[in-house]
Amino acid sequence: MMLEEASGKKVLRHWGLRAPHGVVATTAEDACLATQQIGPPVVVKAQVPAGGRGKAGGVVMAKNPQQALVAAQGLLGSWLSGFRVDSVLVEQHVEVARELYVAVLDDARARCPSLLFSGSGGIDIEALDSDQILQIPLDIRSDAPIDTNIAGRVAQSAGIEDSIGMKDVLSRLYACYRDVDAQLVEVNPLAIDTAGGIWALDCKMALDEAALKRQPEWIVELASTVQVVSSELEAEAATEGLLYMELDGAVGVLANGAGLTMATLDAISYYGGAAANFLEVGGENYTRAESGTRIVLSNPKVKSLLVNFCGAFARTDVMTEGVVKALEQLKPSVPVFFSVHGTGEKDAVALLDERLGIKPYEEMDDAVRAAVAAATLEPTDPQTMENPDPSVLPDGSSRSHSQSFKEHS
Amino acid sequence: MIPAKGDGVVIQGITGRQGSYWTERMLACGTNIVAGVSPSKAGEKVCGIPVYSSVGEALSYHKATISVLFTPPLATRGAAMDALDGGIEGLVLLSEFVPVHDTMWILAEAAQRSAQVLGPNTAGLVVPGQCSLGIMPGFAPNIFQPGNVAVVSRSGSLGTLVCLDLVASGLGESVFMGLGGDPIVGTTTAQALLELEADPKTSAVVVVGEVGGTMEEDAAEVVASMSKPVVGFIAGRTAPPGRKMGHAGAIVSGNRGDPGSKVKALEQAGAHVVEVPSAIPAALVEVMPALAS
Repeated sequence: MMLEEASGKKVLRHWGLRAPHGVVATTAEDACLATQQIGPPVVVKAQVPAGGRGKAGGVVMAKNPQQALVAAQGLLGSWLSGFRVDSVLVEQHVEVARELYVAVLDDARARCPSLLFSGSGGIDIEALDSDQILQIPLDIRSDAPIDTNIAGRVAQSAGIEDSIGMKDVLSRLYACYRDVDAQLVEVNPLAIDTAGGIWALDCKMALDEAALKRQPEWIVELASTVQVVSSELEAEAATEGLLYMELDGAVGVLANGAGLTMATLDAISYYGGAAANFLEVGGENYTRAESGTRIVLSNPKVKSLLVNFCGAFARTDVMTEGVVKALEQLKPSVPVFFSVHGTGEKDAVALLDERLGIKPYEEMDDAVRAAVAAATLEPTDPQTMENPDPSVLPDGSSRSHSQSFKEHS
Repeated sequence: MIPAKGDGVVIQGITGRQGSYWTERMLACGTNIVAGVSPSKAGEKVCGIPVYSSVGEALSYHKATISVLFTPPLATRGAAMDALDGGIEGLVLLSEFVPVHDTMWILAEAAQRSAQVLGPNTAGLVVPGQCSLGIMPGFAPNIFQPGNVAVVSRSGSLGTLVCLDLVASGLGESVFMGLGGDPIVGTTTAQALLELEADPKTSAVVVVGEVGGTMEEDAAEVVASMSKPVVGFIAGRTAPPGRKMGHAGAIVSGNRGDPGSKVKALEQAGAHVVEVPSAIPAALVEVMPALAS
C-alpha cells in the first residue's frame, strides 16, 4: 500500500530524516495561506499514492501566494495516475546543489532487502543504466546492516566526501524501512543543499498491509487515509474484506483464488467476451461467497454470471452454499453458469441440484462460452430467456446448466 | 523439495480448524504424519496424531524431515524458527498474509541451514498415490492420478484446474508443486524446474504462472537447459495494469512482470505456451507424443 508523499515524509521525519517544511491543503485558499506562512518560493505537489507525478504535471513551483493559489486550483480535483487529487502539499523550496537517488526495498530476486543508490537522482530511475545504480543486498535479521564499508562504497560511487553523514542517513532510512514493515522506501531526489545538508525532497513509501496489525496506531492511521478504491461497489466489497474491481464487460465473475480468477478473465476474453469485474472469494475468504455474489450482481452492466470454483483450500461446498443463498434471495434476472470442481465438489453439486435445479458444467471452458454467449444475447426476448441457447447440453440432458430466476419470481 | 515415500511429517497448528480438517485429508492421501504441534494444546490428539508443544519436543519422540505450517500469519516466523531449530529440513508455509520481512527472515535462516522452503501462501505439494502436504485436494481421484507430468503453479486454485484437465485427458501427475502467490517465496519456478529435471518420475513439466514478479522470466534460462519438455500458461493477460489482483505478487509494474514478457521469455526458451488452461493436455501430448500412450 503506497502512502501519499506527505504521510511518507511524516514517517521519515519520525526516523530522523530531514524533509522540507510543508503543509497539506485541501483548498486553493489554504494553499495560498500556507505559502504565506512558509514563505515563498514554494513547491505545490499533488498528493496521490502513485509515482510519476512530476512528469504528469503534478508538481508546480510557485514564487508567491497568488501563484500557489492558481497551482492548487489547477491540481485539486484533477486526476493523476488514476487517482483524484484531494489535497496538495505546499512545501518550502530547497536550493539544491546535488540530487541523489536512494531506496531500500523488498528485493524479490535477491530475496532480501536491497539498498539502491545512484549519484544521478531526481530523474526516472528506470531511465538509468543498471551500472549507474549501486545495488547492495542487506540482511533483514540485522538491526544495523549499513556499516562503514557500505556507506563508504555509496559515498565513493557518487564522489561524496561526507561518508559519515551518508551512513547516518542510510541507517535511518533502513531503520524506517524495517520498523514500519515497508516494501519500499524511496527518496528521489535525496538532495544535498548548498550548505551540505541532506534532504528528502520526495518520498515514495509502500507498506506491507499484512504487517499493519503489528504497527503502532499512528502508522495504521496514516495507512487508512490512502485511496485504494475507485467506485462505491469496490468500497463496499472492501468493507466485506473482498477485493473487487469493476471492469468494462458484461460477464459477471465469481471465482476463487487470484490465479483462477485471472485465468477465468483470460478465458472470457479468449472466447470473445469481456468480464464485468474481478472478484475472488478464495483463500480465507471462501466463506464470503454470499456477499461476493451480491456485489457482482449489483453491477448493472452484468448480463450473465459465471461462477467458477476450483477448490483447494477454498471449499466449494461452502462457497456454493453462499452463492445459492444470495441467488435465492436476489432472484436475479441474469442467467447463472456454474463450473465447480475440487474440495467439496460432491456436496456442492448436490446442493446446486437440490436448491436450484442446476447441473454445473463439466468443463470450465463450456461454462465460460455459455456465459459469454448469454451476455451478448439481445435481452428481453422471453423465448430466449426460457431456454437460453447456451444451456443446451451436448449430451441432451434435460437439466439446465444455468438458471434465470425471472421466470420463478 | 519432492518428498520420498514415507518421509515423516509434522503439522504445526494441527489443533486449529483448518489444521485438523486438512490433517484428516492429508492422512487419507497416505502422508506419513507423525506428530502435531500446538504450543497450548500439548498432550491432545488430532486424528490419532499426538500433539506436542514444540517441533523440538515432537522430534525427540518421532522422526520427521518436513513440517507443514497452519499458523497465523504473524506467528509464522516464530513457528518456522521452531521447526528449523528442531532440525526440520523442509518447510511448507501455507499461510497467506505473512509479512514479507518475516518471509525474508525465514528464508535467510533456512538458507544458512540448507533447509528448503515452499511458500508462503502456497497450496502445498502433492505426490499422487503417495502423499499430500498442504491444502490441495490430493484425495480427489478426478484431480490427482499418479503419472509423469509435473505441475508447478503459483496458484492453488488454478493448479487444481490444470490437474483436473490433465486427469480428464487420461494423464497423471508425478508431483504438483504450489510455489505460492507471494512476491517472495522459498522455492522459485527456476529452482522447481531444476529439481524436476532431475526427478526420475517426471517426463514433462507444466509451468502455471501469472502476472507480477519475474519468476517466470528468471526461469527461462533453466527451461532452455532442460531435456524435458515444458508447457506453460500465464494467467492475467487481461488483468488491468497497475492494480493488484489478490496475490501480492500479481501486480504489473512497468514492463517487468507483465504477461507478455513472461510468455515471450518462456517461448524463446523453448516452452510451449498456451492461451487457455484447457489447452494444456493437448499441448503436452503434442510436445511429447509418448505421454498419450
